[in-house]
Formats: sequence, C-alpha cells, structure tokens
Amino acid sequence: MKLIFEKSVPGRHCDLLPKCDVEKVELPEGFRRETVPALPELSEVDLARHYTELNHRVHGVNCGFYPLGSCTMKYNPRIDEDMAALPGFTGVHPLAGEKNTAGCREVLDTAAKYLCEITGMESMTFQPAAGAHGEFTGVLLIKQYHAKRGDAKRRKIIVPDSAHGTNPATAAMCGYEVVNIPSAPDGCVDLEALKAVLGEDTAGLMLTNPNTVGLFDENILEITRLVHEAGGLCYYDGANLNAVMGVVRPGDMGFDCIHMNLHKTFATPHGGGGPGACAVGCKAFLKEFLPHSALMDEPGHLQVRAFAGNFLVVVRALAYLLTLGREGIPEAAKNAVLNANYLMRQIQGSFEPAFDRICMHEFVLDLSEYKKETGVSALDVAKSLIDYGMHPPTMYFPMIVHEALMLEPTETESKETLDWAAEIFRELYELGKKDPDFMHNAPHNAQIARPDEVRAARQPVLRWQKG
Amino acid sequence: MSYVPSTPAQRQEMLRAVGLSSWRELYRDVPKEMLLEGELDLPTGMSELEVGRVLSAMAEKNTRFTTILRGAGAYDHYIPALVKSIPAKEEFLTAYTPYQAEMSQGVLQSIFEYQTMICELTGMDVSNASVYDGATAAAEAAAMCRDRKRRVTLISGAAHPDVINTVRTYCYGTGDELRVVPVKDGKTDMEALREMLTPEIASFYVQQPNFFGLLEDCDALGELTHAAGALFVMGCNPISLGVLKTPRDCGADVAVGEGQPLGLPLGYGGPYLGFMATTQKHMRKLPGRIVGETVDAKGERCYVLSLQAREQHIRREKASSNICSNEALCALTASVYLAVMGPQGLKEAAEQCMAKAHYLMRGLTALPGVELRYPGPFFHEFVTSLPRQAEVLAALEQNGILGGLPVEGGVLWCATEKQSRAELDKAIALVKEVLAK
Amino acid sequence: MNYPAELQYSRDHEWLRMEDGIAVIGISDFAQSELGDVVFVNLPEVGDDTTAGEPFGDVESVKAVSDLVCPVTGTVCETNEELLDAPEKLNEDPYGTWIIKVEKVTDTEDLLTAEQYEAECTH
Repeated sequence: MKLIFEKSVPGRHCDLLPKCDVEKVELPEGFRRETVPALPELSEVDLARHYTELNHRVHGVNCGFYPLGSCTMKYNPRIDEDMAALPGFTGVHPLAGEKNTAGCREVLDTAAKYLCEITGMESMTFQPAAGAHGEFTGVLLIKQYHAKRGDAKRRKIIVPDSAHGTNPATAAMCGYEVVNIPSAPDGCVDLEALKAVLGEDTAGLMLTNPNTVGLFDENILEITRLVHEAGGLCYYDGANLNAVMGVVRPGDMGFDCIHMNLHKTFATPHGGGGPGACAVGCKAFLKEFLPHSALMDEPGHLQVRAFAGNFLVVVRALAYLLTLGREGIPEAAKNAVLNANYLMRQIQGSFEPAFDRICMHEFVLDLSEYKKETGVSALDVAKSLIDYGMHPPTMYFPMIVHEALMLEPTETESKETLDWAAEIFRELYELGKKDPDFMHNAPHNAQIARPDEVRAARQPVLRWQKG
Repeated sequence: MSYVPSTPAQRQEMLRAVGLSSWRELYRDVPKEMLLEGELDLPTGMSELEVGRVLSAMAEKNTRFTTILRGAGAYDHYIPALVKSIPAKEEFLTAYTPYQAEMSQGVLQSIFEYQTMICELTGMDVSNASVYDGATAAAEAAAMCRDRKRRVTLISGAAHPDVINTVRTYCYGTGDELRVVPVKDGKTDMEALREMLTPEIASFYVQQPNFFGLLEDCDALGELTHAAGALFVMGCNPISLGVLKTPRDCGADVAVGEGQPLGLPLGYGGPYLGFMATTQKHMRKLPGRIVGETVDAKGERCYVLSLQAREQHIRREKASSNICSNEALCALTASVYLAVMGPQGLKEAAEQCMAKAHYLMRGLTALPGVELRYPGPFFHEFVTSLPRQAEVLAALEQNGILGGLPVEGGVLWCATEKQSRAELDKAIALVKEVLAK
Repeated sequence: MNYPAELQYSRDHEWLRMEDGIAVIGISDFAQSELGDVVFVNLPEVGDDTTAGEPFGDVESVKAVSDLVCPVTGTVCETNEELLDAPEKLNEDPYGTWIIKVEKVTDTEDLLTAEQYEAECTH
C-alpha cells in the first residue's frame, strides 16, 4: 500500500483550530524555521482510511491466537481501556500538586499494595516505562546498596546463559561486568557453576523463575541462599511471573528486588511494541534507593525517567487486578500452566518438546531432529503458521535449545483454540515431510512474502524521501 | 473473573489429558514449603460494573481544571478526535512488537512513517522508532555520544530538572561523569560552557526552548561545542519546531525530545514518547528499534525491523542500551497528530502557543509587582515574579484554573493554542483581584 | 571451503599475512560462511592500539554479531573503508578482502598453518 506521504495533495488539510483571537508574535531573526516540514497534506477522511488500511494489516492478541513465548500475550480487557480514558485521569497534570492529584496517588498506592502482596515485596515504584527499564532500576538498587555500604569490590553480576538479552545489557548499563554461567541441560541453574563464580566481587544475580525454558527451578532457595552468603543480592526478572502469581512469591524464594511487566502479566496492551509499564518492587532495606522525580518529589534520589511513570498503563493494570481479585490471580496462573501443558501434550507426537516433563506457563519445542530429517527449520514452521492466521511462537530462543519454538498460550485461550492450534502443528509436521519446499517459501497468503532482511541491513532505507 | 474461557468441566478434562489429577501436580517442581498457604490479601474479584465504580471514584478525587497554565515538561494541547480514536483500534492496540513482518506490515509502515515525520520535523537523517520519554532520550543520546576517549557529558543547567537527574542516573549506572553547565539570566552560561568544553567532553546537551521557556542561542552553543570536538545534542519541544529553526540547522548531531505535546494526554506523566534522531554519520549508534524498507521474495516493497545487530537481543552485554519495549503506540499517536495537523496546522498551533503565552505575559506583567524574570525571546513559557504567590495560585485553583509552577525566582507560566482569550483574561483578572486585596 | 597455504590463521578465524612488517588481517572463508550474509563491519580508527587476543571491531549479520579478534599487538595504520559500503565483499572474497592493517607489531598470537587451521575447522 502507499505511504501516507504518497497520498498527500498540496493544499489539502483539516481545520481543527479556531482563528487566533490574540495578536500573533514574530520570532526574532535567527530563530525562525527556514524549511517547511514535508508532513502529509490530507483531509480527515483520507486520514481515517489510511490508518484503517494500516490497522487491517496488524494482528493483535484480541484478533487471534498469539502464543509468543516469554511475552504473555493474554487478552487485553476493554474495561481497562475505558478506565484509562477517564478524563479524571487523562487530564491530570503531573505537577498539579499533591492535593489535586489524590486520585492518581490512590491508584499508584493501591496497585503497589496489591503487587507487593502478590510478589512478597515491601515497597514498589512505577517509574520505569518497560521491562528492560525496570531491570535497570532494579540493578541500580543493588548498585546503590553496595555503594552505601562502601563495598566497592563488588563488580560482577551473574547471569545465566539462557537469560533474555536485556539482562546482560542491563548489567552492563549499570557498570557491572557480566558473568555468564552455563545452565544445566534443563535450563536450570547449575549449582556447581554458580558456586564457582560466587565470591567477594559478586554484586548480585539476575534470574527468572520459572526460567526461560518454562521450568521451575526447584533449587531456588539454595540458589538465593548461596548468593546472599557471598554478600550479593538477588534480582528477580518477572517476565515469567504469570505462571506463579498467587501460587508462590518471589519474595519467599529469597529475592530482594523484582520487576514486573504490567504489559505481560497484568494484561495491559502492548501497542505494537509499547508503551509497557513496569513495577519494581523491593524488600524494605532497599526502599531508600527507589527512584523519584526531582520535580515531583524531594530531590536527592536517582530517577530513571521524568515524572511518575506510565501512569495510564498502571490504571489499566489496576482495573485488571480489581477484576481478578484474590481468587482470579491464582486462577489465571494455574490455567496458564494448564493450557501450556495441554497444548504441549496435544502437539507431542509430532513436534517434540525439548523437555519431556511438566512445564510452567510456556514450553519449548526442539525441531533440530526434524530439521535434520526434512530440512524444514523452526523458521519455516513459524512462517507457515501465519497462513493459518496464527501468530508464530518465539523463534530461536532460548539459545540453549537449537531450532527452538517457544509457545506460551496464556490462560485466556479456550480449549477449542488450543485444540485448533495443536491440529495445525500436527498438520504442518506432516506437510514438512511431504513438501518441505512449500514450507521453505511460506507464508503464501500473508500481507507479504518473506522480506529481504539482508538488503534492509546492507542498504538501509529508514525514511521516505520526496521523489 | 480471570478471563479464563474454559469451563470447570473442560479444565478437568485437560488436566486428565496431561495425565494429572490435581492442580497441585502442575506445581510439583515448587518446593512445598514455598507454596502460598491460604489466599492473597487482596479484595475479592469484582464485576466490570464495580471496577468502573471504584476507579471512577478514584478519578473523581483528582481536581479537574478547565484551564491549565502549567507546563514544565507536560503540555495541555488540543487533541483532535481522530488522534484519540486511531490508536484505540483493537489491532494497533493489542499487537506485540512487529518481529513477524509478514503479519505486521501495518505497525511497521506506521513506524516508518513516524520515523520520516520525526526526520522532517527535526531536519535530521535518521530517527529510531521511539524511546520511553524525553528524559531517557537525552540519557540515551549522552550514551551514544561517548567513545573510548571522550567519556564526560555536559548538560545545561537550564534543562528540565527531571531530564538532568535522569541523565545523571544513567551516568551513575555506567560510572561516567555528568557536569552541569551553570545558568546565567535564565539561559546556558556561554562563557562557563567555553571553559568546561575540555578534551574529555563527549557531548553537550541543551534544551530548546529551555526549562524557563527561553530560546537559547543554539547556533552559538553548537559552534562552541563542535570547536571543542564534542557532539551537540538538542532537546526540542516538537510543537515549537513548527516555527523554530530545526536542530539540524542549529548544527545538532543528535536531536531528541519529549513527544507528549503531539497528541498525548497529560495523564499524570505518562505514557509519553521519547523521540531521537541523528545524522547519517551516527546512524549505527542510535539505540532502539528502527524500521527499514526492503522488498519481499516477490519483489514488493515492504518494511522490517532493521539494523538489529545494534540491539540487546543480539549484542547482549555489549549493546549500548538495553531498550526493548518502546512507546510504539505513542509514536503512532504522534504521527496521526502530525498528519492531522499537516505542515500548516502545526505551524498554526505553534504560532498560537506563542501568541497566547505572550498575551498572558503582557496581561500579568501589567499588574503591580509582577515582572518578567528573564530577558530574551521565549516560546510558550515564561517566568514572572509573583507577590503573594500561594494565595494567587489558590484563588486560580478555586476558579478551575491551574496556575503556573512555582520555581526558583517566581512562577513558570505556560499557555498553548488550547486557551481562548476569554480564559486568559479570566486568569489575569483573578490574579489582579488577589493582588489588589 | 578454502584455506590458502600462504596465510596464517588464528583460532578466532582471522587470517594474517605479513607485508614489510605490517600485519594484514581479514576473516577466513569458514568464518564468513558461519556468519552468513555480512551486513556491517565495525572498524577501529587509524591510530588505535590493538592487543593480541583482544577484539578490534566486529562484524554483523542480520541476526548475529561477532567480535573481530586481533592476532597481533600493534597500532592500526589502515582500515578498509570500502567495507562500510560493501560489507558483502567479506562473503564474496574473504581472502581478497583485508579488514585492517597493523604496524609496530610487538606481539603475535600462536598462529596456525593452513593445514592446522583446516583440521581445527573440520574437527
């Protein structure tokens, strides 16, 4: 389809503002813009149709199955949107002062209280804007803690090799040397490998549990004890909290601080890549290190962005928390785990799980044998799913499994949807044996065929240019 | 309610199908002593109607102002109807990051269009797909400008306090130094900057218009910075770029800013939008996602996430930023806003902001004891002295007007295209009334 | 796979040729084939010091990035800027495409002969 700029007609426009009712002011020489930005010139109907056409070329979780592992693509309730659109929230200036913003404070305090209860933490901030930003905030708590104690020798953060790329990148942004430890074959922490790297220079450990292959690390208490004994702190990456909320709490596993992605676990929409929102929780001894806005709160603290965070996203998450309540939270977790196990077993017999045991909320298929046999890769299978209107699972992650497809169905999918999805996987399994070429060329009925990513990277075209 | 569609009977059937007889067995890897006993201390789940009641009651506890004369990093602009409705569409709203290009052309094209609009607005060559907000954009810019030899960042003391503190925090993270250039008469002290531009300086950040609303002499600041071999970063208000000289024309190497004025509600501070653009030369150092044009296997034009080898999921601890999720839907909102306004509409909005702010300034400074604090041209914010400050602001609030923000040396006022002359007259009259008492 | 006998190789898959005391360095055929389509090369600056066994830059493919490890200690005296516009040369002609030249070489890693390197790669 055409770009919005290619639809532009000089002189066309929307009239949205009244005539200026006060005298206009000239900018002094030297400050004036010399060029007219080539923004599109279109009528309102052109615009409505352009964006509707684009919208038709988007697949959201509310449109169809989206089993994207580690992303927790659960249904995004509409009531949450209505609440976030209340003028009593949208119209509030962040610097309107405490007494004029009591309702916003109540939203944040209530959400903090509930999330502390769910995670076993004692204090919480909503300033970070996304998961990786929350990791940064959390590891800064660790850094400040050691700094305040004058413990300058702790320069290393331990990260398992199965971790999401944001973990090591975060540790590096906090000035730490990253120590990657190999995982045991089941993706769990190799205790011997951990012991070998722990020492006086250990600042902390970053870990997600359930881990990135969807298994609960049963040694978790031993792991956090070992890190604490060495003088380090334990950071919980809440990416996989959906499996265990209301069932077991990171605080009880021995973690000192944690981040949660509200746009995963608490059903706020991902908006095609953001905005997310993140809650970072900590035990009481780290509270003094939480970030605060220099302008809204008292100065003298670190802060990771302006103001109080992605507030309207927190409103959505609170609507979700209120809807689920004390019964619904564990119910969601248990059904997420049940759905994952059910789907894994329904697919098994065709594509095989990398770990043949009870999984948590997600599982990994290992297609390496299948690829050897048929030449059909995880990528080919993923692309073939698109022709069925299913969003592909996460591909080639975690890196410790080759030819990995990682599926996370979430609790909001029905048995019928899971049966349908399993059926498609079984069909593709057979198809790949019969007609691998067909799958190498998939998708066949999508918006586009496979894009040339090498060309995109070698000759970057990153904006439209007037022809 | 937990939005779980399976019936209790189906759940039992599924449990049996995986060879289990109870929920407990799903969690058999969890050590028994860690399992939560009893229920969470949360209220019982609510119906949709009740949730609506509870949250509406919280919203009611906030004061609703009919007129907002406060800015300081969050601006009350008119948001056209289309700008609200497009990003609320189910598909745009509930999609994940467009990793699967074959299923995400709508998101990818919208980002490509956004990148183009940001380039047009700033005059720069390359834009990323967004970062969290203007403050983190400034911090990311500082990081991308550092190299092995030049590690120290300079920031103008006339930048937004939250921006300064955020940049300071990011520098604390990597262990790099931030130095704040002093302010003189409400603007960056040019002489102090000259002294501070030593060989270890990687970049200098200036905000235009600055925190006090004043226009900085960016050409001169840029020249000084470049003469010292450092990179010049400008933090821009995007509405002001409807009339103000582009950062590119001021010599900026990186242009960043807070995109909230482009159609995003005040929303108690977020979600907002950090925009970031740079020159061809520094393209590979730009953090975050970037969408590129290419062709598909049939030779048709299409869009993909590109230059991914810069990012954390590939470069891990060697990535210069850990950013993953960004503010895609806010970027979409901003591009719908810019498309709806068009080149003329954006210019008109900017001119009206300036006109209303100057009208407000003239009205206020005609009152006894109210004086413009700093000399020099300004855009849509200015600082005045204000006698009986607390009383005046309280009187305004009682009449549905959020007055300016108390800052050192007085009050920082703001006006935008949204306020009518009548509203401004009312505010001026109220201030006059209190001062006359 | 091609292993020219006149070159020396490092275990990190760089090749090296000495020309009048200057070390000319590139990546092996094996390296380029493992990487897949090279889309960008991050080059050091002329004048940068290199250390044997330490990275001096990296090469990017669409979905991966690999360090370029320098087999010698010295000072970069020239970089192949042609690669900035045509990174595909590393795929097309890995031995005809040098990446950097290093002068004032004071130390060299233990390098492999073509035969030894081939054994290493096919292992």
